[in-house]
Parts: sequence; structure tokens; C-alpha cells
Amino acid sequence: MRVALFITCFNDTLFPETGRAVVTLLERLGCEVDFPEAQTCCGQMHVNTGYQERGLTLARRFQRVFADAEVVVSPSASCVAYLRENGAGLDGRLAELTEFLVDRLEVEDVGATFPHRVALHPTCHSVRLMGIGDRPQRLLERVRGIDLVTLDDAAVCCGFGGTFAVKNADTSMAMLSDKLRDVLNSGADVCTAADNSCLLHIGGALRRQRAGVRVVHLAEILAAT
Amino acid sequence: MSKTGFPAAARRELGDAQMRHNVGKATSTIRARRAARVAEVPDWEALRDAGAAIKARAMATLPEQLERLEASVTRAGGQVHWAGDAAECNAIVSGIVRAHGAREVIKVKSLATDEIGLNDALAADGVEAIETDLAELINQLGHDTSSHILVPAIHRNRAEIKQLFERTIARGQDLGWEAQSLAEAARRHLREKFLSVPVATSGANFAVAETGTIGVVESEGNGRMCLTLPRVLVTVMGIEKVLPEWRDLEVFLQLLPRSATGERMNPYTSLWTGVHAGDGPQDFHLVLLDNGRTDVLGDEVGRQALHCIRCSACLNSCPVYSRVGGHAYESVYPGPIGAILTPQLRGLENAPTLPWASSLCGACYEVCPVKINIPSVLLHLRGRVTREYKSRRSPEALAMEAVGRVFGSQRRYEQAQKLARLGRGPIVTAALPGWTEMRGLPEVPEQTFRDWWRSRTPPPARRDGSTP
Repeated sequence: MRVALFITCFNDTLFPETGRAVVTLLERLGCEVDFPEAQTCCGQMHVNTGYQERGLTLARRFQRVFADAEVVVSPSASCVAYLRENGAGLDGRLAELTEFLVDRLEVEDVGATFPHRVALHPTCHSVRLMGIGDRPQRLLERVRGIDLVTLDDAAVCCGFGGTFAVKNADTSMAMLSDKLRDVLNSGADVCTAADNSCLLHIGGALRRQRAGVRVVHLAEILAAT
Repeated sequence: MSKTGFPAAARRELGDAQMRHNVGKATSTIRARRAARVAEVPDWEALRDAGAAIKARAMATLPEQLERLEASVTRAGGQVHWAGDAAECNAIVSGIVRAHGAREVIKVKSLATDEIGLNDALAADGVEAIETDLAELINQLGHDTSSHILVPAIHRNRAEIKQLFERTIARGQDLGWEAQSLAEAARRHLREKFLSVPVATSGANFAVAETGTIGVVESEGNGRMCLTLPRVLVTVMGIEKVLPEWRDLEVFLQLLPRSATGERMNPYTSLWTGVHAGDGPQDFHLVLLDNGRTDVLGDEVGRQALHCIRCSACLNSCPVYSRVGGHAYESVYPGPIGAILTPQLRGLENAPTLPWASSLCGACYEVCPVKINIPSVLLHLRGRVTREYKSRRSPEALAMEAVGRVFGSQRRYEQAQKLARLGRGPIVTAALPGWTEMRGLPEVPEQTFRDWWRSRTPPPARRDGSTP
């Protein structure tokens, strides 16, 4: 299957290893990966911050860039949910990574090995906006060597929320400190999610606290052998 | 307390560790109870749809429903008054109280009367308003304000209430630590008032246009006392509380208690229609309050905020509310519903930070019994505040404009990525302020994803380089 990758501006710039993992994973599963280089940003930050017009212009640009793609896969549940919500879901051709794996490729065992204790942060946009269901969980359960642990209050927001994290930094930190408590209580040495935005937030504080827990995007676990 | 806007108010409130503990514990308890009671109802989603549809119909036909309500209340022996704003409403209530020569009124818990500041208005007229809901009484005795729609003293714990009661209504008597004995002290204090005060005020959960019936649901029975014992009853209700038909109650009397207190049925449901000789208040007034609601109706996206039945499920489920508590919202309507209702009722310019008081996690929408899409209204109001009230030359607007232009072209975007690696440029300016104060930031990697993609050897099959 020929797959166009929508990496997102955030991953492209800050988390290239996530993109490399998606390519590795999809090629391992027999997909032919294409990366339309004209892609930039979907406009979610603009819309969520109050700059709708500019944001929706970028969403339309996204539609044009990927107009000819058969299937578009993205490792960001948040951007996918936003694009769908704003009529830029490419008529069902846009899929978040775990949706693509479980629904389109119909695989749950992707042949990965990751011998670590891992906690999954389900992320609000994955669960509530996009309806990702238990797909990440099912994929992780089939990874060899993994010790998957459950977070208390897993579905509660980590406090990122895009520009919320800076506009309401104190509130965001209060939410984050509770999330960190649950991550540390879980005994995990890796915290994962289907979105690097939450992981930037959670990981930023873990690093600041020298907590000894690292954050890893789900795609990187699924790509690991 | 003067209003500071949400970020500063939240910062202040978050400093109160006791409040954080109290509100965190109480909201998680109610949240779990609600989830259990909702899970029992097989047609819960259909009930939510029905609730949303009834409210949408009521709002679409509001003038007609209010006139029907006025006619049916009048026919049943009540008097209907129309109040455009808070001052008018307070004057109407004051006038009724004065006409009966009362110096005291007893109150059923009511957000509408809190919204218009009725207690202060009555006090200015020399009339004491006595709150009879236990939590409202706690706030009144403590010169405190409500921090939750349903549980106004949720920010207080038992130890704080014990000390407050011993200092006030128990006049120094040791009440012990049992919740029952604390409630008993309030009961003794209030019982005297129920039996002697001639005028009561209330709000309304529902008013049925078809029959002229008003409904109040409650847990403590203080409402029932206020609604039946005094000679005079004045009900203040927001115009959005009207329901077209009697049968509509069936839906809301299922949705409300399960969503609100996590009960299958609330302990007291009082319904009354006008005046009945020898039974209950002999003089009944219904004051229909607008106070900004008509303006809210004018906003096609925002108007769904008027569907709210004040259950508080959105507050209890909100990760923001359950940490900052209610006072951070600087309104009688806190939490997610407050974040969309307060700016619309007061005017966006008077509460411009509230639409941003959310991480858009969607927990509120998931639990709302009438399916108010709070996140989408928040986004809509953010857009309105930005377009209508923010300067296009503010640092934020300029940064957003700059980064928007960058994302508009592949070339500018790739240049900006190079600058970001040096810690400079429009991407960094738009994303960073305030972040690193509390969180670490990863180094911007040497190689972007697209750099890596281009550097792959052997180059993978690619399209012929055409870009739209």
C-alpha cells in the first residue's frame, strides 16, 4: 500500500526520531511511504488560540498538499482530530497511525520488541475527540518483552492543551504535577502516547525533575526490534 | 474582591493547598458516583439526545413559550413579572418584600438570585436574606462566595465548617466532629426561620409553559420548607429555564439527579402551579429574568450554553476546575459551563480570559446531559474575543501572524526550522514564552525529519517532486 506521511510541523522540527520510526514501521509492514515535502502545519495551534481564519487557511492548504494521496497517515491524534473536525479529513483518507495499523492493515502484532516497563498516557484528543479506542493498548500488548502498566486517572488531561500550557501556566502545571505523580506511582520507566505534544509537556517536567523516566512516542516502541 | 482574570485568579487559588485537597477529593467522589449511576441507564445516550432536542426547541420558540408560561401561571393565580436586567429584577423582588412589610426573607438555593446579587440588594433595603441550603448557609456565615454550582461550599472541609458553626450559630458550643451534629446545628438554627419568616425566594430548575408549573429539585428539604410554609413566594428564574410541555419533565428528572449528585432520584422534587386556597403560599410571584440571555440567543454557536440544566457534571469532570476550584472563575457560574456562559452573559469584553480557561480535553462535553459542545463554544468564543476585542498589534497577534505566514509556504517553513535550531525565529517566538519557567525543553535536533528523509540512501521511491 502506498502511504503519504503527514509528519506534522511539531514532529518534523522537534521529534524527527518519531518520523523515522513511523517510516521504519510502515516499510517493515510492507507499505511504500511517500513524504510530500510541501506539507507544513495543519493550523491547529492557530484555531485553538483564537486565530480561526489563519488556522483554517492552513487546514485547506493541508487538503491541497494531500489531495492526490490514497491514504494519509499521521503520528498525531490531535492534529488528525482537529483536521477531521474542520472538514479537512480528506473524506476518510486521513488516518492516525494506530487507526491505520489496526483498521487498514489489520495488524496488532507489528513485530516489535521493547523490554521496558511502559505506561500509556491515552491523551484527551485520542480518546475523546478522535475516538481512538483501545487501539494503542492492543498494539502495545503484542510487543515482545514489554511490561505494560496502567496509570491511575489515565484519561485525565496532562495539562498541555497547546497554548493553554503557556497562557495558563500555573493551572497547566497543577494538572501536570498530578499526572507526574501517577506516572511515577506506576513504576514505569517509559511513558508513551500517540501524540508528542502531551509527551513534550510530561517529558519536559520529568527531565526538569531528573525523575529517571523518559517519554517515547508510541511509533518508536512499535518500530523497535 | 476585584476581578483579575482567570490566569491570575487561578494562580492565587492554586496557592491554597487545603482548597486544592478539598475540591480534588470532593469532585473525584461525585465523579465516580455519577459514572456508576449513569452506567445503569441503558438508554442514557438517547436521553441526552432528547434533553438536547427539547432545549433546542424551547430556545427556538422562546418568546412563544414564555407567553404561554405567563398565561398559565396567571390563570393559576400567580403573578408574572418581566425583568430586563439585574437592577430591575432586584427592584421587583424588593418591592414585593416591602409590600408585605417583611424584614427577613428565607431563600432556596438559587443561582439566578446570586447572579443578580439579590442578597446585597435586599440588605440595602434593610431586609435580611437568609440562605437555607446548608452549603449556602456555610458561605453566608463565613462571608464567603460560592465555588460550585451544586455544592457551593465544596472548597470547605468538615474541620473548617465545624469551626465556623461553633463561632457563629452554635455560639461557642462544641459540636463534635460528626457530620450529623454539624447538620443538626444548622437545622436548629434554620427551623426557627422556616416557621416565622413570611416571605421566601427561590429559583427554578424548570417551568412548564403548558401548565404553569414550576419545579425545584433539591436534596435537603429546606427548599420544600421555603416553598410551602411562608405566605409569600417569589421565584426568580432565567428565561431559558422554560420547558414547553409537562411531559418534557420526564427526560430532565432522569438526566439531572444522575448527572448532578450521582443519585437515581433526588430526595425532594417540589412542583407547584399557582396558588391554592389554604395550601402553601397564598401570594406567588414569578419573575422572568433576561439579564443578557437574549444576547446569548443571538449567537448561533454560543446559544447552546443556555441549554444548561445546572447539574455541575462538567465542573466535577473538568481537570481545570477540580484543581483551581470555583473562585478562579470570578463568577457564580464556574467551571467549563461558566467559561462559556459568563463571558456571554456579561459581555466578552468583561470576561475575556475565560474562554481560554480550558485545555480543550473534552471531558465536559462527554458528560453533559444535554450535550452542550463546550469545547467548540470555547473555540468559537476565543475567535470572537480575538477578532472583536484584541489588538491586531499585540505581541501574540503579531507572532501568530508571522508563524502563520511561515506555515503558508514550504520555503519559509524550512528557513524557520533552520532558525529554530539556533533558538530564534518565528516558530520559537510563537511557541515558547512562559514554557521554560517550569518545564524543560528538548534541544531542537540537528536534523529535521525532512532533512533525514532527503538524506536517506538509497533514496526511496518518491513522486516526481511536484508540489502543489
